Amino acid sequence: MRLLYFIFALIALAVISLFVGVKDIAVSDLFRWTDEQQLVMSISRIPRTVALILAGVGMSICGLIMQQMTQNRFVAPTTAGTLDAAKMGILASILFASQSGNFTRILFAFGFTFLASIIFLKIADRIRYRNIIFVPLVGLMFGGILNSITTFFAYKNNVVQNVNAWMVGDFSGILQGNYELVYLSIPAVVITYLYANKFTVVGMGENFSKNLGLNYRTVLNIGLFCVALTVSVVVLTVGTIPFLGLVIPNIVSILYGDNLRKTLPITAVFGAIFLLICDIIGRLIIFPFEVPIGMTVGIVGGVIFLILLIKKQR
Amino acid sequence: MSIPNKIFTLVLITLILSELFLFYKLPNNWEYALERRSFKVASMLIVSCCIAYSSLVFQTLTNNKILTPSIMGFEAVYLLFQTLIVFVYGDKTFQVIKNSDNFFISIGLMMLFAFLLFILIFKRGKSNMYFLLLIGLVLGTLFGTVSSFLQLVIDPNEFLIIEGQMFASFNKINTDLFWYALAFMILSFIIGFRQIKNLDVIALGKEAAVNLGLDYDKTVKLYLFIIAVLVAVSTALVGPMTFLGILVTNLTYELFKTYKHSILIPACCLVSCIAVLGGQFIVEQVFNFNTTISIIINFVGGIYFMFLLLKAKKI
Repeated sequence: MRLLYFIFALIALAVISLFVGVKDIAVSDLFRWTDEQQLVMSISRIPRTVALILAGVGMSICGLIMQQMTQNRFVAPTTAGTLDAAKMGILASILFASQSGNFTRILFAFGFTFLASIIFLKIADRIRYRNIIFVPLVGLMFGGILNSITTFFAYKNNVVQNVNAWMVGDFSGILQGNYELVYLSIPAVVITYLYANKFTVVGMGENFSKNLGLNYRTVLNIGLFCVALTVSVVVLTVGTIPFLGLVIPNIVSILYGDNLRKTLPITAVFGAIFLLICDIIGRLIIFPFEVPIGMTVGIVGGVIFLILLIKKQR
Repeated sequence: MSIPNKIFTLVLITLILSELFLFYKLPNNWEYALERRSFKVASMLIVSCCIAYSSLVFQTLTNNKILTPSIMGFEAVYLLFQTLIVFVYGDKTFQVIKNSDNFFISIGLMMLFAFLLFILIFKRGKSNMYFLLLIGLVLGTLFGTVSSFLQLVIDPNEFLIIEGQMFASFNKINTDLFWYALAFMILSFIIGFRQIKNLDVIALGKEAAVNLGLDYDKTVKLYLFIIAVLVAVSTALVGPMTFLGILVTNLTYELFKTYKHSILIPACCLVSCIAVLGGQFIVEQVFNFNTTISIIINFVGGIYFMFLLLKAKKI
């Protein structure tokens, strides 16, 4: 039932998102659009809204998988070095294959994020007492290292600003023809839904899951595959959206508990709603200019995360 | 080798490196060059000691060997401020804001940030260090987001000004600021020195320290304050050096198998001086200024840190 309400809200927001922008297009003129208006719709508005929804769904689901697999509420692409690994991949693709298209970029970014996730899980495994705050701290340090290695090579090749520009989350550049990669996140989301419970079991540890008859390695790798794929396509098409994967699953779990089968769809829809709202605000606040989504989500998400942390501490 | 011998060797290496730095390929008009170089060497020594001291004490307070105080978000504050002034003043930045003003405002902002953070944490009477760190980190990420947005909007030519501030460099040291930094450092060292034995007790962990009759919260607050001053000074003087701290403290632990801070702290300062002097020498002579010291240090320090994480059975 609740899910239904959320889906209605999502549809409503998606419609609003279609009609917010510099080019004035009224809902009432639906069947009397000029050619120009139709063009704006099909080239810019529709792709943008689709990308928003897919990115919102993908990133929040990613956060959820990572939290299940590490059994830690505060682990997400932002706090596990995943985003920094994607940045490294982008740098590598700029340096080694500057002429090639988006598909090569995706391969680079995917490779680096996948590797980094494996390393992060290895490190998290060895942490003496699984202090809920210590794990994300180590993850953030790990991200800092990847970042410093990226900077070393970026600086030598004079591409610091170029690499950084890739990383700022921004939907204004989404146009027909350059965003389609984001559809690759759909299979990842479907796989996640099918494997949801198994990821939780994997989070309990290797021995435990083997006792239950689970193929630990395979499930782990599938989870990492989904995370790496989603993060790299979102970073490449949109840029980084900090805190999204961290905040959404936490809010949903506070509101609706931890039954993964039930909360997974809610988390997905909720992520899309959150991202749509932030984007619409960003588009209106300094109309006709835009505040990039990375900024709005970064600030709103960061503040929510701080509140969650402080509440948890009490 | 006994501990005094090790210290003596480190002092010797530091001296040799500084001499090498001062006299290597001295040009004809040697008086000017020598004066510039001696300021440079002196400021490298100051920054190395600030970072070594603050990192070592910080690791004792947090009871682990893989964190440095810069992750609390100081550097993000510094970078946000540098980005903001370039964003506002563009290429006129250097005319509008003097170097010394920039130095003091940066220190002021970082101290303000530290104060707000400490008040937020200690107000409720509980001093959970990890919690403090995570809050600092999240705030740092927040500031980082704002900075990177502003940097995206800035004209590429003006971005070069920020890029100059993003990476620590000893080539832009201002002689006026040097004396202020020295004064700040000596003051903090003297205040910290009086309670150096308490650090040995804190290293045992919070429970043990409280049991032994130490006023835990008070000591921690004092040292956090000193750390904030030292990090602010070194960052404002040359720029962020995130991983130098981890590199030198862990090398020190490897070299000196002791828990006495009266030995560890000076040793760590020496190791840090050697790392910075050596690194800068390599930057100038091998890379021909093609990169900056902070990038080299972060690169080496980062890889070493990865090695530590993967090597250690338990963290």
